[in-house]
Amino acid sequence: MARLSKEERKVSIMTKALELFSKEGFYQTTMPAIAEKIGMSVGNLYNYFTSKEMLAKDLILYIANILGEEIRRINESPMSTQEKIEAIVHMYFKIAKDRPETIEYFLRVYLSNREVFQNSCEGMICVSAFVTEMMIFFEEGVRSGDLRDQDFFSAFGLFMGYLGGMVFINGENILPKPLESYEHTIAENIYYALKSR
Amino acid sequence: MPSNPAKLKVIWLQGITCNGNTHSFLNDPALGTLLETIEFIHHPLLPCQKTLKDLVKKVPKSDVLIFEGAYSAPFERAGVEMRTLLPALAHKAKHIISMGSCASFGGIFKENDPEHISGIVFDKENGSGPLKAMQEKVITLSGCPAHPKWLSFVIDMISAGREILVDEFRRPKELYAYLVHNGCLRNEYFEWKVDSERFGTKEGCLFYAQGCQGPYTHGSCNKILWNDVSSKTRSGTPCVGCTEPAFPKRDLFTTKTYMSIPSEMPLGIPKRSYLALAGAAKSFHIKRLEERLIDDHA
Repeated sequence: MARLSKEERKVSIMTKALELFSKEGFYQTTMPAIAEKIGMSVGNLYNYFTSKEMLAKDLILYIANILGEEIRRINESPMSTQEKIEAIVHMYFKIAKDRPETIEYFLRVYLSNREVFQNSCEGMICVSAFVTEMMIFFEEGVRSGDLRDQDFFSAFGLFMGYLGGMVFINGENILPKPLESYEHTIAENIYYALKSR
Repeated sequence: MPSNPAKLKVIWLQGITCNGNTHSFLNDPALGTLLETIEFIHHPLLPCQKTLKDLVKKVPKSDVLIFEGAYSAPFERAGVEMRTLLPALAHKAKHIISMGSCASFGGIFKENDPEHISGIVFDKENGSGPLKAMQEKVITLSGCPAHPKWLSFVIDMISAGREILVDEFRRPKELYAYLVHNGCLRNEYFEWKVDSERFGTKEGCLFYAQGCQGPYTHGSCNKILWNDVSSKTRSGTPCVGCTEPAFPKRDLFTTKTYMSIPSEMPLGIPKRSYLALAGAAKSFHIKRLEERLIDDHA
């Protein structure tokens, strides 16, 4: 069997670390615990990531890139603005279902432990790939006349806050129905909240 | 002893104009030196050989015809319509300079009669003006007004028999290949997305909140300073894009945005890359750039 390259190995470590971080939180997760889960020595783990903070930062970059790539694909498709909203909601909930650790990490580690990400991950730096695509989505929606012109963060907060909130309460087992069954109404709500009048 | 080289014979003709380019020219600190190399056959203000009436009686040859102001075919000078006078003078000129934005693209005066007023070669960005057929000998010096040193540069190049490289609007690249953004003292504020909230201050970028056109406008205003000391952006006023064919734009002091994102990216920058960079830059709070440069209360 071919040996994994260093990059492939890093991704494999991050995948496992994501599960731990999203389940246990940032402070409860230790480098030895991550090493144990992967089946490598702690010393070797430090060859890939020099600290837990560096690993946490690479993880948020990794997730932002995944989300950014997905939204970029939607942005570049010939769909209408309303259809794009449906597609983004669907994509977000699908990731939340198929790879819950990804969204969990975003909500429970990145947004909840800002102090960890203060250095070299200020503001939008580590989530730039994702936020940039949302900017492009909104900008094109307004340019085409579909969406109302307003401050970006007001619109961004409404869209992503809604999705994050739904994933969060789904994770708390509060929702009576499966998350995906809300997709259409949520997308419709977002569209009507943002559309031009 | 070698004799002095012959002075260039120049005609300065005005179309529909506010005299802004004439005033700019008269403010050139090097005007005295320039007048040692040129001789006006006709100028509307300076002492010269011929009046306008003389010009129309017998159309003279010239080395350089400078046209200031917008072109309108029925507009008259000395009782002769411009549709007759301008081509006649142009045919007998070796070089032609369209001086200022009105002569170049129609400018401010075109706003009054968009159908019938244009520049001498270009009507906005369309090459459909009356001298289109002889555009090879036309040099465009757009600007409202054009900087006097831009004119003296062109005259010096003609005088020296040097080739003047031009862009698609026949503007000398040596003067217009730059953006006004280039050399702007506020570039550091632009890089880090620190905005200026009002005119007249030394601090902040004028792009987002004040409508500065510097990143879209070709011109050397921040390299060849006005009166040798300043420029619009240096004095705290946004660039209004006066060298471009689209001048004057509407809503002069606002940058059109869609959901807080500029509707036009700075020239040559892909949107995705610009937004990623801008987002990252905005994440930093650089105290030095958020403070007054000179604290009045210190």
